[in-house]
Amino acid sequence: MAELNTGGGGGGKGGKIRTKKMSTRVDLTAMVDLAFLLITFFMLTTSLAKPKAMDLVMPDKNEDKPEDQLKVSENRTLNILLGKNNKVEWYMGRLDNIIGSAEVAGFGKNGIRKVIMDKQRSVTALTGDPKKGLVVLIKPSDKSTYRNLVDILDEMAVLNVTQYAIVDIHPLEVTNLLKRDNIY
Amino acid sequence: MPKVKIARKSTAIDMTAMCDVAFLLLTFFILTATARQPEPLPVDTPASTVTTPQPDKDIGTVTIGKGKVFFGVKEPAIRRSMLEKMSGIYHIPFTEDEKKRFSLMESFGVDMNNLKTIINLDNTQRNKEGFQPGIPTDSVGDTRSQLAEWIYQARYATKEINNADMRLSIKGDAPEEYPAIQKVIKIVQAQNLNKFSLITSLRAAEKK
Repeated sequence: MAELNTGGGGGGKGGKIRTKKMSTRVDLTAMVDLAFLLITFFMLTTSLAKPKAMDLVMPDKNEDKPEDQLKVSENRTLNILLGKNNKVEWYMGRLDNIIGSAEVAGFGKNGIRKVIMDKQRSVTALTGDPKKGLVVLIKPSDKSTYRNLVDILDEMAVLNVTQYAIVDIHPLEVTNLLKRDNIY
Repeated sequence: MPKVKIARKSTAIDMTAMCDVAFLLLTFFILTATARQPEPLPVDTPASTVTTPQPDKDIGTVTIGKGKVFFGVKEPAIRRSMLEKMSGIYHIPFTEDEKKRFSLMESFGVDMNNLKTIINLDNTQRNKEGFQPGIPTDSVGDTRSQLAEWIYQARYATKEINNADMRLSIKGDAPEEYPAIQKVIKIVQAQNLNKFSLITSLRAAEKK
């Protein structure tokens, strides 16, 4: 390149100008550096994980046709009230006729999942018909967060609870249960 | 005793293979990259175990976070048609240029009366966090709330242009309290739309 061909006198074979044979190898270090820099950039900026869509079907409101509403027996119904601080309260039956007692649980494997699994088993044993399984009513209170709602819906998906619905919470449930247990 | 001579090796290594791999990876990342659009309302979506990816087409997204509600649809053609319908309802005319600019907006969160101002701002200003106050969700008297109207017109436009039902997704901020979500769900249900999706991110597999 910028080198001068000095000391060419050496042999002086007939004064022929010989072109120096250059190596065909190129120094790739800089190129690799650049490539890796770009890889890093693209890896960090791409969002490979596409957002997931959880399907949610709300019960049809049809208030003008109340006779269409399905009545479900109380002993199959598990009510889950979502309170504050990632706590839930659950009870079986109806508010004016609670079967057993209302208890507070947390989220996750040892919390509400255990309860739902227990109830799934006991309700199927009670009705003796696998089609008449557990019915879960999810009642988010005003103090619960969106994360709680998604978590509980996720439990439904994980545990294969097919009959569940998001229902408005009753004011009495808030005052009698959630406030009593200090999770509202 | 003769000294053992260690042959001096060159420190230069053959970079060809490394270079090949590097560029292969680079090409892969460039091709799979979908540039992340700046969002005017960044939210932290809760995690779930659901693995169904969000579809790309015929989607309207309601973003809820920090008490604000934003709305956006995927396709520019639908955004445009939606704006035309809205301008007819609220009697706010838009110029051709404004419609074009609106069709490039990913999502927005302003009152209909302030939409013009937002459209005429440039992207960085518009997407500054906390700049847009959110779409009003309260209905005034008998008229539907603006959010309800936007959703309705978006569904209308999707049906008209793509002949498909628009699927509504709700993208909520995880620490958002339930009443804000409930409000949106009520608005959607009032239009007899009982099926929608909640956008979540994937949770790492739990140990059994």
